[in-house]
Amino acid sequence: MTLTLDAPRIVTTHPLLQVHHVSKSYGSVTALRDVSAIAYPGEVLGIVGESGSGKSTLLRMMNLGETPDTGSYTLDLPDVEGNLFDLDRFARRMLCATRIGIVYQNPHLGLLMKHSSSGNVAERLLVAGERSFATLRAKATAALEASEFPLDRLDAPPIELSGGMQQRVQLAKAIALEPALLLLDEPTTGLDVSVQALVLDTLKRLQQERRITMVIVSHDLGVIRTLADRVMVMRGGAVVEAGLVDQIFQDPQHAYTQQLVHAKL
Amino acid sequence: MTLQTLTKPWEPMSYGFLDGSAKREIRRKMIKAIAVPGCQMPYASREVPMARGWGTGGLQVSLTLVNPAMRVKVIDQGADDSVNAASIRRFIARVAGTPTTMDTLEADLIQSRHRIPEEVLREDQVLVLQVPNPEPLRPVQPNMSIARQMHADADYGRMWLQLYEQIVRSGRVMQGASYPSLVHGRHVMTPSPIPRWDVPKLHMAKHLTILSAGREKRIFAVPPFTRVEPLVFSDVPYKVEDHAGLTCHRSGTRGFFMNEIPQDDGSSVFEVSDSEWGVKAIRRRDGEEVALGETWYKNGKMPS
Repeated sequence: MTLTLDAPRIVTTHPLLQVHHVSKSYGSVTALRDVSAIAYPGEVLGIVGESGSGKSTLLRMMNLGETPDTGSYTLDLPDVEGNLFDLDRFARRMLCATRIGIVYQNPHLGLLMKHSSSGNVAERLLVAGERSFATLRAKATAALEASEFPLDRLDAPPIELSGGMQQRVQLAKAIALEPALLLLDEPTTGLDVSVQALVLDTLKRLQQERRITMVIVSHDLGVIRTLADRVMVMRGGAVVEAGLVDQIFQDPQHAYTQQLVHAKL
Repeated sequence: MTLQTLTKPWEPMSYGFLDGSAKREIRRKMIKAIAVPGCQMPYASREVPMARGWGTGGLQVSLTLVNPAMRVKVIDQGADDSVNAASIRRFIARVAGTPTTMDTLEADLIQSRHRIPEEVLREDQVLVLQVPNPEPLRPVQPNMSIARQMHADADYGRMWLQLYEQIVRSGRVMQGASYPSLVHGRHVMTPSPIPRWDVPKLHMAKHLTILSAGREKRIFAVPPFTRVEPLVFSDVPYKVEDHAGLTCHRSGTRGFFMNEIPQDDGSSVFEVSDSEWGVKAIRRRDGEEVALGETWYKNGKMPS
């Protein structure tokens, strides 16, 4: 009996996100040194590292909030072509609004604190050109429901909500337009452990239901272990180790990764 | 030939109060503003003998535009006889030697605060509106540098967010005055604090409208025959104030923008806000020969 095997999916699919050889320095400080990263469709890429290791800078670049000194960034999406760092401000804004969702650690960065929660989600749709009130309302409600936000607080401003709820509003805003890429910058840092677990549950469920490609930045190995498929360990603006989550956490090769894993355990 | 013959005789002040260079600057900025409808043009905004916030922007534009043959009308909240309107009118007449009028039909230049007259303005008339806050994006973007960038990108999504919030909170659009409007399909402007009732009057109007903010130092314009579309949701139509059915208790006219006057017994009566329109209606009722112009609103409705 002959057994024919299909090539593994990872060989046949093209990576959705490719960042190549990105370097960035602010004056004498080097934030990123020749960093490359790829993520396949439906995959969750974790980035861990200490404060100042450049992980947030890298995420900001993936959100086109910043331009590196050198390097390229491509997304394998229909009608998105070339190095995204070369786009003008207008094209960047449209791309970010429609294709990329982001959740910040600090909800003040991502939300209008005094507008209603549903309004915050609706803003995303408005930027993308939706002009019907009924549609806005329905879509905002659906997105908030998907991120397990209690619908009786639909029109409460985020400033009146708890930290976990604020992160859910951010998440709803990020997924409202069904983006191809979801960026999470320390989404659960600062939340207490039980709320953190609930938010992680929501993220996990969304990831499984919608197969969104995610890039999650965290210094918490537990979060990465729960969510990510592959992980990059960063230190001093460079990638010191990368691989599958289990592989890295069970058998860390680099001295820094070993330290990190031991510190956790 | 002496130097004396070449120079102008000494005058206590230049014509129209503002000096030549100030007027030239404002003229140039007005031309720019007309060239890019609805776009805010910064200007120097000189001192005039009036406090900022009382119509210095409008006054500077009026002083720049006037000549001795122009009839000037000034209104404040629809009234020609309020203190502010009377003072500005007297000031312009004094420094520019212009004849003044209260009749909209006779006026060549109309400076206004809060209202556009009820009678249709003609091609040869200029409307100058005083603007306290020229930036429509201010409620949604407090950083003015970013707001300017948003204007450049025509990034106006957040203006609808403001309307969304009002509908969610109150069940309807609460924006009573300064209703944000898209000019010529490109720039969103605030049409000064005119009521929603007056915004449709700017759409494809025959007259030139110049809006000027003295404190904020911005001039913008709506040239004749330019589209001015209030921002609305596709499924929530634009609504003007519900004044179509109200009757003025003094002149008896119906279907115009009214002022509500509370009475001692807790009820209220209404008085037509455009005072000169009311005066003319009363004079005609009393048997005088008064020319009433065509009005924008007919039977309380704006013909589309």
